[in-house]
Amino acid sequence: MQEAMDLTVAPNPFFWNLETTKDFYRALSKTPVSRVVVGELVCSKRLPFIQDAFPEAVETLVEAGKSVALTTLALITLKRERKQTADLFDAGMIVEISDLSALRHLPQGQPFWVGPLVNVYNEGTLRWLAAQGAERVCLPPELPIESVRRLAQVGAECGVAIEVWGHGRAPLAISARCYHARLHDRIKDNCQFVCGDDPDGRDVDTLDAQKFLVANGVQTLSHATTSMVRHCDLLREAGVSALRLSPQSQHFVEICEGYAAVLEGVRDAEDFARDLVQLVPDGQLADGFLTGICGADWSGAA
Amino acid sequence: MELVCPAGTPAALRTAVKAGAHTIYCGFADETNARNFPGLNFSRKELGEAIVFAHAHGSKVLVAINTFPRAGGEDIWHRAISDAGSLGADAVILADLGLLAYTAEHHPELRRHLSVQAAAANPDAINFYAEAFDVRRVVLPRVLTVAEIKAINAEIDVETEVFVFGGLCVMAEGRCSLSSYATGRSPNMNGVCSPASHVSYSEEEGDLVARLGGYTIHRTEKERSAPYPTLCKGCFTSREQTGHVFEDPTSLDATRLIPDLAKAGVTALKIEGRQRSRAYVEKVVRAFRGAVEAEAQGRPMPEGLLATLSEGQAVTTGAYAKVWR
Amino acid sequence: MTEDLPEIPQTVQVAMRPLPLRPVSILLSRLARRVAARHPDLFERMGEYGGARFALDMTDQPFVLLLDLGHGDPSIKAMRRARVGAVDATIRGPVSGFLGMMHGTLDGDALFFSRDLAVEGDTSSVLALRNAIDDAELDLAEEIGIGSTSVKLLRQAFGVVERATGLPLNRHQMTMEPYS
Repeated sequence: MQEAMDLTVAPNPFFWNLETTKDFYRALSKTPVSRVVVGELVCSKRLPFIQDAFPEAVETLVEAGKSVALTTLALITLKRERKQTADLFDAGMIVEISDLSALRHLPQGQPFWVGPLVNVYNEGTLRWLAAQGAERVCLPPELPIESVRRLAQVGAECGVAIEVWGHGRAPLAISARCYHARLHDRIKDNCQFVCGDDPDGRDVDTLDAQKFLVANGVQTLSHATTSMVRHCDLLREAGVSALRLSPQSQHFVEICEGYAAVLEGVRDAEDFARDLVQLVPDGQLADGFLTGICGADWSGAA
Repeated sequence: MELVCPAGTPAALRTAVKAGAHTIYCGFADETNARNFPGLNFSRKELGEAIVFAHAHGSKVLVAINTFPRAGGEDIWHRAISDAGSLGADAVILADLGLLAYTAEHHPELRRHLSVQAAAANPDAINFYAEAFDVRRVVLPRVLTVAEIKAINAEIDVETEVFVFGGLCVMAEGRCSLSSYATGRSPNMNGVCSPASHVSYSEEEGDLVARLGGYTIHRTEKERSAPYPTLCKGCFTSREQTGHVFEDPTSLDATRLIPDLAKAGVTALKIEGRQRSRAYVEKVVRAFRGAVEAEAQGRPMPEGLLATLSEGQAVTTGAYAKVWR
Repeated sequence: MTEDLPEIPQTVQVAMRPLPLRPVSILLSRLARRVAARHPDLFERMGEYGGARFALDMTDQPFVLLLDLGHGDPSIKAMRRARVGAVDATIRGPVSGFLGMMHGTLDGDALFFSRDLAVEGDTSSVLALRNAIDDAELDLAEEIGIGSTSVKLLRQAFGVVERATGLPLNRHQMTMEPYS
């Protein structure tokens, strides 16, 4: 009865330079992922530096047989950002909505995807989005398995594929204020693009030197990398159709291949979980949002 | 301008009415509202009596049902809507898409305000909620400058309400799971942020040390003002720097911006603090009613009366000034 | 707000030191039970914390009050600081702070910011207690007084002490002025 789960790659939340971005998507096109969301999610100021990478990325990915969508920004405030959002819908591609205000620009009848930064917590919201044309929804990372199970069921009823945050530092907050700039005693308007110095975000530790969060411009992420590697069966049984993998600067191809192998049943999940410790920044993993007490918990061996 | 004031208990609501609140907002004592704290909020009976009291004194009551309903538990939120309506609430304050859709469909006559938890930060978002669910007023997120608020008001057809005093979220509201990551309890799902149940205080080498879910977030020296143990206002280390990476322990006081906010087309001014005592409610409401009257008569704004009631005993105008970003 | 939080005058503190604690405990427990009887809502508001035990550590007193909510049958014991056993939470501050919160003249959070009030243990139970008492609008004279004459007499006496010491001994009275 259960459909197989596949993999979706999230838009890169970090600020990498043009060449790195191009290389990343070239390499990604050769991995066993089913679909990719490209575009700038976090900060519109980064866009002029990297937007030239996207047409080529889309072309390469589509040629390789991947479904591709373009993401909106996660927090749209400026006039220029609103215009960019409206223009996205004219590109002839699927748009992934990461800020609800984008719905105002949605042409009647055009299908869309919904990203994990949109608050889809319940049946009512999911049904409403489905009625507007949502085809896929990636649930917010903080949802527990009970909610995921119920929403996957409703998704199946109304024809919406449900995704779960499968791998990557968890996006915990977005702000109008840039913390990278603030750490350099600058304001956002004069940030000098310092977030580009930290390709996986900048560590924010507790006063007891405990690894805790990372700053990524206006976004705050968990320091630990969320991984659903130990819950693939649980999620498949719940009716989830895809795991979403969020880019990191190192080992990402290997990571995509590892999850694909686990989903295909050709690789043992525990074995890959052990390997993941070597592949993620500082070797820290978490999966507590789904089944633990808090998001930072990890169900596997410490 | 309309002054919208907090009440966490029936006594605080009566206090707010007597101190000059045009409107009071409050919530039910459960997970349906974003201040689901121990000992706080209203039973159905208490809310009914409070609404009668407020209406008798010419004040309005808004009911915040502004968390995101739990999948499988939506009926709790639906009941809250229906009860708020039948008890005579003047409006409900909502954040969730599904709940807005439900209310527009099943209780079309019940006035709908968009909660700050929906973080509608641009005219497209506001017009979307207005068109889709006939929302009549939007509480603007605390991420906008006065100039941006003015520009927004020029493009929309609904009322705007802005925060002028109290605790300040630095993250886009309703889109933050910091608390959930550290404690498992979240503003969106449980109506709590950095909950007291997960806070521990200890004295270490003369400092007051606050931990949340085991993470140390403050060490305050003896004579310094103590902050709330809120994650986004915690003290952290990033490489060689130690400090308040996200925001200093401070709270908002936009008294002196009231005339500008009036010119920017703002309808209502909101005071944060449903979790505070009736002593706070009285002092803040009285001061702001005075400021609102002064604005109406073109008199200068009163200055700096409320710093001791504020976290960090310091105040900021927050995002209303562009340098905040 | 609290830089000038009044302290119990030294002479009074000295006078209270040899106070026998047992009769004080009996009087205070009687008071607590009266409060419970007159304000059933207070216990409803405490919810799951209705059985919580608090040490109210009056920093300008030689003793600590142990408040046991007892699920609606509360008791208060005065004891020397060293003898306090296990409690859910300790709240530490001057008598004036406790009286001010009880009477609606002082805000608990502001006392916490200014370090006049400190909390240890289960912070949730403290919040519940603070909110429940704030909503009950307690008044010491009314809670102690039996008939209206004695309330009036007590109020007069409290008024004299209040003016002399600055201690908030009466419930804060609000008027609708000037916005009625």
